[in-house]
Amino acid sequence: MTAVDTARPATGGRRRRRPRGLTAHIILVVAVLVSVFPFAWTIVMATNTTQDIYKSPPKFTFGSHLLENIRHVLNTIDFFGSMLNTVMVATVTTVLVLFIDSLAAFTFAKFDFPGRKLLFGTLLLFMMLPLQLAILPQFILMSKIGWVGMLKALALPSLANAFGIFWLHQYIQNGVPDELLDAARIDGAGFFRQYWNIALPMIRPALSFLAIYAFVNCWNDYVWPLVVLTNPGHVTLQVELAQLNVGHTTDYSMVMAGVLMAALPLVIVFSIFARGFIAGATEGAVQGS
Amino acid sequence: MSSPPVTGSAEVPQRLGGPVPARFRPRRTPPAGSARPRRRGPLSYWRQYLAISPFYLIFAAFSFFPVFYSLYLAFQRWDGMGTMQFVGLQQFRFLWDDPVFWLSIRNTLVIWVLSTVPTLFGALMLATLLHSVRRFKGFYRIALYVPNVTSIVAVAIFFGAVFSNNFGLVNAILGMVGISPVPWLSNPWLIKLVIALLMTWQWTGYNMIIYLAGLQAIPNSIYEAAKMDGAGPIRTFFQITIPIMRPIILFTVIISTINGLQSFSEPQVLFGSNAANANLGGPGQAGLTTLLYFYQSAFLNNDYGYGAAIVWAFFVLIIILVAVNWRITTRGRKA
Repeated sequence: MTAVDTARPATGGRRRRRPRGLTAHIILVVAVLVSVFPFAWTIVMATNTTQDIYKSPPKFTFGSHLLENIRHVLNTIDFFGSMLNTVMVATVTTVLVLFIDSLAAFTFAKFDFPGRKLLFGTLLLFMMLPLQLAILPQFILMSKIGWVGMLKALALPSLANAFGIFWLHQYIQNGVPDELLDAARIDGAGFFRQYWNIALPMIRPALSFLAIYAFVNCWNDYVWPLVVLTNPGHVTLQVELAQLNVGHTTDYSMVMAGVLMAALPLVIVFSIFARGFIAGATEGAVQGS
Repeated sequence: MSSPPVTGSAEVPQRLGGPVPARFRPRRTPPAGSARPRRRGPLSYWRQYLAISPFYLIFAAFSFFPVFYSLYLAFQRWDGMGTMQFVGLQQFRFLWDDPVFWLSIRNTLVIWVLSTVPTLFGALMLATLLHSVRRFKGFYRIALYVPNVTSIVAVAIFFGAVFSNNFGLVNAILGMVGISPVPWLSNPWLIKLVIALLMTWQWTGYNMIIYLAGLQAIPNSIYEAAKMDGAGPIRTFFQITIPIMRPIILFTVIISTINGLQSFSEPQVLFGSNAANANLGGPGQAGLTTLLYFYQSAFLNNDYGYGAAIVWAFFVLIIILVAVNWRITTRGRKA
């Protein structure tokens, strides 16, 4: 701060702004360090041996035991099997959610029909309800139709994604001009053509946001898989990871390698798409202005 | 990250746009052929109903019906196998006298306060700072948002390791400066503090993004006017930014109330090694949140009726808290 102060003593009005900006950067950098520290420290633990972690003081530097720890993880749990389960469920859920939600959102945003207000209001109301209110009957329902322990039991309830409809509805209202739909209609495009050929291409940013949102949620979901996947050898990555933690507290470096393997892929994928994602998340608020 | 970003402010400019909107937009009706569409029967809208039906079928089966069915279950005694027995209010009466239930409510509320307050204040502060800087904005946003996409299980395991009583990093650092080990994961208050820290770490960036969106929507001319009137940055913040942001702050408070009271995975994973015995939620059940107690009653003890009663009683509590928060956050509006 002082460096900047003395370096630019004569710039008058700017002089007071500069140090303030620097303070902001310093605080933000500290916040960034706090938010990424767990990743760094997980890597430190995952690359060392359990003895290094238990030592006092522990080893603060990266070690060379990462591959060994990963091998232990692969020998202990069915990592790739559970990861495949997770990827499958998350992908299917995401694709279906995008289709179901965009179709319903388009209808709500651009058409009027009897019962529209009531149906949309119910949706908004249930969006606010805690999910746990429904989880027990959902489980009972699943056991009645014999789906307990199956992956399809995982995907089905999350297809009713009320937030997705609400979100796309806002976006379509502002982002798809009525004139365009009118023009398409005059050209003879029916309802589903208007949806598929006009609306869908125009809301692609919102769709990509929803896709990441739904995928991340599905990947990280823990409660429902824990409840419904009762078959020990057939679970999702998160449940497997939690079990790894329960059963092997003595081999901490291995558990940390598991944490790294389970969390990092998604964080990397997110960081690649993050620009669009965060832009999408803020768009709804900025749209109207 | 089960909560929506903010979209509310989008409608404000339209509503403030004057008595008659510049361009009146009638709601569209399907085929253009009929000049007066109001006499048509519901069946002629079959395309629209078909379009929303996939959602509403799943919604009816897995959201709408279950919510009411769990209320029905709360008046029964059922283990999921035998016959259901109607017991009236007995489950709720038992709940009222159940010390563990009240302990779980207390735990949940303490964890919620300890996490929500720093989360929202931190988020507002970071959003304001982020809004004021020009460079590295994109980088900051991503780096601060990343905790929110990290799996809760992974984060909980990490916090368990870092705050471990005997070998955790925190105690090791404290030991280096001569402070004796702190029992983070066995003292009732410290357990809650660790869970709250975890939640704060995970949710600050999320709320920051929402606040940032709100800040960006405030037109610059307002700030220029304030500057001309001689308002300093602090005064501008409290007298202009905060009042304009009030709807968004209200939104985050409600979302944080709903989310923060639903803490389950954090203590479940953090004290997972105790899952086999009845002592869910760590030593002294200090980390037993209400939803964890619900999970224990319904899915470990197979007491479906009691589980449903817990979750409904808890829901009533959430509604009360949301209403109270609403009152507090909107109170100063007229002043």
